[in-house]
Amino acid sequence: MLNRYPLWKYLLILVILVTGLIYSLPNLYPEDPAVQISSDLALDERRITQIENALTDADIQIKSLEEQNGQWLIRLRHPDDQLEARDILSDILEQDATVALNLAEATPGWLQALSASPMTLGLDLRGGVHFLLEVDMEAALTQRLEVNASAMREILRSERIRYRNTEIDERRLSFDFASSEDRDAARRLISREFPDFDYESPGEDRSASLVMTLTEQSINEIQDYAINQNLTTLRNRVNELGVSEPLVQRQGPDRIVVELPGVQDTVAAKRIVGATANLEFRLEARPDTPSTETETLSFRNEPSRTAELMRDVIITGDSVSSASHSFDENGRPQVNINLDGTGGTLMNRATRTNIGRNMAVLFIEHKTEDRVVMEDGEETVVRDPYVERGLISLATIQSALGNSFRITGLDSPTEAGELALLLRSGSLAAPIYFVQERTIGPSLGQENIERGLMSVIVGLLLVVAFMLIRYKVFGIIANVALALNLTLLVAAMSMLGATLTLPGIAGIVLTLGMAVDANVLIFERIREELRNGLSIQQAIHAGYERAFTSILDANITTLLVAVILFSIGTGPVKGFAVTLSLGIISSMFTALLVTRAMVNLLYGTKPVKKLWI
Amino acid sequence: MKPITHRQLDFMGKRRLAFIVSAILLSVSILSILFQQLSLGLDFTGGTLVEVRFAVAPSLDAIRQLLENTGFQDVSVQTFGASTEVLIRLQQAFDPEVGNQVVNLLRDDGAAVELIRAEFVGAQVGDQLRDQSGLGMLVALGVVMLYVALRFQYKFAIGALLALLHDVIIVLGVFSLFRLDFDLTVLAALLAVIGYSLNDTIVVYDRIRETIRKSLLNDMPAIFNEAINATLSRTLATSGTTLLVLLALLILGGDMIYHFSIALIIGVVVGTFSSIYISGALLLPLKLKREDLIPAKKEDEDAEEELP
Repeated sequence: MLNRYPLWKYLLILVILVTGLIYSLPNLYPEDPAVQISSDLALDERRITQIENALTDADIQIKSLEEQNGQWLIRLRHPDDQLEARDILSDILEQDATVALNLAEATPGWLQALSASPMTLGLDLRGGVHFLLEVDMEAALTQRLEVNASAMREILRSERIRYRNTEIDERRLSFDFASSEDRDAARRLISREFPDFDYESPGEDRSASLVMTLTEQSINEIQDYAINQNLTTLRNRVNELGVSEPLVQRQGPDRIVVELPGVQDTVAAKRIVGATANLEFRLEARPDTPSTETETLSFRNEPSRTAELMRDVIITGDSVSSASHSFDENGRPQVNINLDGTGGTLMNRATRTNIGRNMAVLFIEHKTEDRVVMEDGEETVVRDPYVERGLISLATIQSALGNSFRITGLDSPTEAGELALLLRSGSLAAPIYFVQERTIGPSLGQENIERGLMSVIVGLLLVVAFMLIRYKVFGIIANVALALNLTLLVAAMSMLGATLTLPGIAGIVLTLGMAVDANVLIFERIREELRNGLSIQQAIHAGYERAFTSILDANITTLLVAVILFSIGTGPVKGFAVTLSLGIISSMFTALLVTRAMVNLLYGTKPVKKLWI
Repeated sequence: MKPITHRQLDFMGKRRLAFIVSAILLSVSILSILFQQLSLGLDFTGGTLVEVRFAVAPSLDAIRQLLENTGFQDVSVQTFGASTEVLIRLQQAFDPEVGNQVVNLLRDDGAAVELIRAEFVGAQVGDQLRDQSGLGMLVALGVVMLYVALRFQYKFAIGALLALLHDVIIVLGVFSLFRLDFDLTVLAALLAVIGYSLNDTIVVYDRIRETIRKSLLNDMPAIFNEAINATLSRTLATSGTTLLVLLALLILGGDMIYHFSIALIIGVVVGTFSSIYISGALLLPLKLKREDLIPAKKEDEDAEEELP
C-alpha cells in the first residue's frame, strides 16, 4: 500500500481543483468593449437601424445590441473601434442622448451568481480611465497655519501670556495683546519654536500685535509636502493590496494624475479616488470658555443638533496608524482606531486632564459643486470647492485614552467600512479637486502586445516540451500539474481582483517555469533511487519522501521573503509579493499532491515492470 | 531507461578559480554602481507629458516609431479621450521646448497637429516605495537567515546571505555597466532573482546536510562534491527550463519585457553558479564540521518524522 491515497485525499484534491477551475473560467469571457447610450427619449426601431447602418458603414463590427433599463448597450468586436463608434453615435444622436464608453461584463450569469469575475487588463494592455486632480494649495497653507496657531495658543496659555485675537489671513497669522511687554515675550517664545515665519511687531501698548508671515521657502516646503503626502495617500487608496496596477504621478507643480486600469465607469472610480474625508478630535467647550476659542458645529446625521467645540484640535486623521471596522456589544457599527506614537501621546495628554468632559469626533469632507456661468458669451463650468463639516459622535471621556480606542455613532456598517479605509490609507494633506477625466487607450502598441503574448506562449510550450522529452510519462503528469497550477493561480488572482499587465503575464509564466522545479527534484530523486536498486514502488515512495524536505525548505524560505515584502512593501512590490506567494502555494499543491495522486492512480494499484521516467 | 554515466565532477577543486571570478565580477559591479549609478527608467525619474490633437486619427505605432527614431527614450503613446487626441509620455527632463519639438517632428512627418499642453510628470514610484522596500528587504533577509540558521546551522545562513547579495549585486552591476534601463519590471525581476537564488541555495544545502549525515567521513570537499553532483541534473534541468522561458521572452517579447528578461537571465545564470560556489564552497572557509549538523542523534529522527 505504498503508493495509495485514502479516498478523502482524492476528493479534497478534486474539490480544490474544481473550485479553481470555476473561478478561473470568467477569464475566458473577457469584458466586451461597448458603447452605452442613455437617453431621455426612447430610441425607436428606426433610430436603432440607423445606428446599426452607420456603424457597419464605418466598418465597425457589432457583437450585440441590447436594451437595459432604458439604456442601449452596443457591444463591439474590437476595442480599437470603441472611440470611433462613440464619435459616430454622438454625431447621429446629437443632443438627444449621451454616449459613453463602457466595458460590458460578458461573464455568464451562473458564474456571476458565484461572484466569479475575470481579471482586469492593465493600463498597458487595455487602458482605463485618466483623472487629473488639482491639489488646493491655499487650503494646505491655511491648514498648516491653523495647526500652528493651535500650538502657539498652547504655548501662550502655559506661559500665562494673555492674548486677545488670533487671525489667519492667507499667509499671515496675527495675535493681539494687551501690552507691548506681553507681545515681546510672546515673540521671544514663539520665534524660538517656529522658525518658518517672518516676524513683525506693529502697534504699541493696547494695540500691540504680533504678525507672522510664512517665508517663501516654507511655503514651498508646505506645498511640496502636501503634494507628496497626497500622492502617497492616493497610491495607498487605489492600490491597497498592490495588485491593481494603477498609475499615480505628479503632473506640473500642483496636479496629480491617477490612471486606473479596466475601469471605464468613471463614477465608481471617482468614489474611491476622490473621497477626501478627514477626522478631527476636539474637546467640547466648557461653559466659561471665551467665545473666540470655540466654534459651533452641527451633527452630521441630525443637522438641527449642535455642540460648542474648542477650536484647538487634539489630533487629526493623520495620526491614525491603522483602522478597522466592527460592531460594538449592541451590534452598532464602530471603527477601531490605532494611533501612531505622537498621536497617542497627544491623545493621552489631552484626555488625562479632562476626564468627565466630552470629546467630539468631527468628520470633514471637501467637495466641489459644479456651476455653469456665462463667460465671454460661452457657457463654462466652474467648480466651487466647499467644505462639509459635521460631528459623528460626542462622548464622555471615561478614562485617559492611549494609542487605541474606538469611535461609535456611525450610520451604517458601510459608512464604518469606508471611514476605516480612508483612515487606514491616510488622509489627504490638502483637499483635491477633479479637473479632468478621460478614458485612455492602452499604453502599449498592438504590435508590442502581440509580440509579448506570443513570447509567453512559446516560453510555456518550451517548458512543456522539455518536461515531456526528459521525463516521458512523468513529463505528462508534470505538464498536467502545470496546467492545473496555472488554473489555480489565475483563479486566486481573479478572486483578489488583480490586474493583468504584460510584465505580469511574463511573471506568471516565469513562475510556472520555476514551479517545475519541485517535480524535477522528485523525478530526479526517483531515478536516483531506481539506480540505487530500489524496487519501482519503493523508488516512487522514496523519491517523493526524500525530495519533500528540500522542496519544503526551499519554498518556505521564499514564502517568508514574500510575506515580509507584502507586509512592509508598498505598491508594485506588495503586488509582486502577492503573486509570488500565490505561485508558491499553488505550485506546492500541484507538484506534491496532485502529481502524487496521479502517480498513485496510475502505478499504485498494480504491479509495474518498467517506469517511463 | 538509459544508463546514466555517473560522472563525479570535482567542483570543490576549482573553488579558488571560482572565488577569483566572483571577486572580479563583484568589484566591477560595485565600482560601476558607485561611479556610474543605475540609469533609472521613466517609472523612477518621471519626465515630460505632451498632449496633442490631430486633425485625423493617427497610427499610434507610427508616432511611437518616429519618436524613438529621433532619440526620445521610453516613449509611451496613448489615445486620450478621443481617437484624434494623443497623450505622449517621454523620459526627458521637462523644458518648455519639448512640446514644440514633438509637434514639429510630427508636422514634418506630414500630420496636422496642434499642441494642447506639455507639462512635467513626476515619478510613478515615490520615495515611500524605495524606503519601505529597502526596509522590507533587510527584514526579509534577517528572517530568512534566522530560518536557515534554525533549520540548518548558522554557517549555512551566512553562506546563503552572501550568495544572495552576490547575485543581486552582479545583476545591478550589469545594469549599471551597460546603462540598461532600470524600471519597475526590472525591480520585479530582481525580487524574482532573490527567490530563485534562495531556492537553488536551499536545495543544494539540503543535499549537503543529507550527505553529511549519511557519510562517516569528515572530508568536507568530497562530501560537497558528492552532494553537488547528486543535485546537478536537477539544477541544470530547473535552470534549463527557466532559461528556456526567459530566452523566449527575450527574443520574441518586444520592448516591454526585454529588460525584465535580461535581468532574470543574468540572475538565473549567476544564481546557479553561486549556489555551487558561493553558498556551497563558502562553507569550507567557514569551517563547517560534521559535528555542526549532528549534535545529537535525536534531531535526525525528528527530521524523519516530519515527512508526510
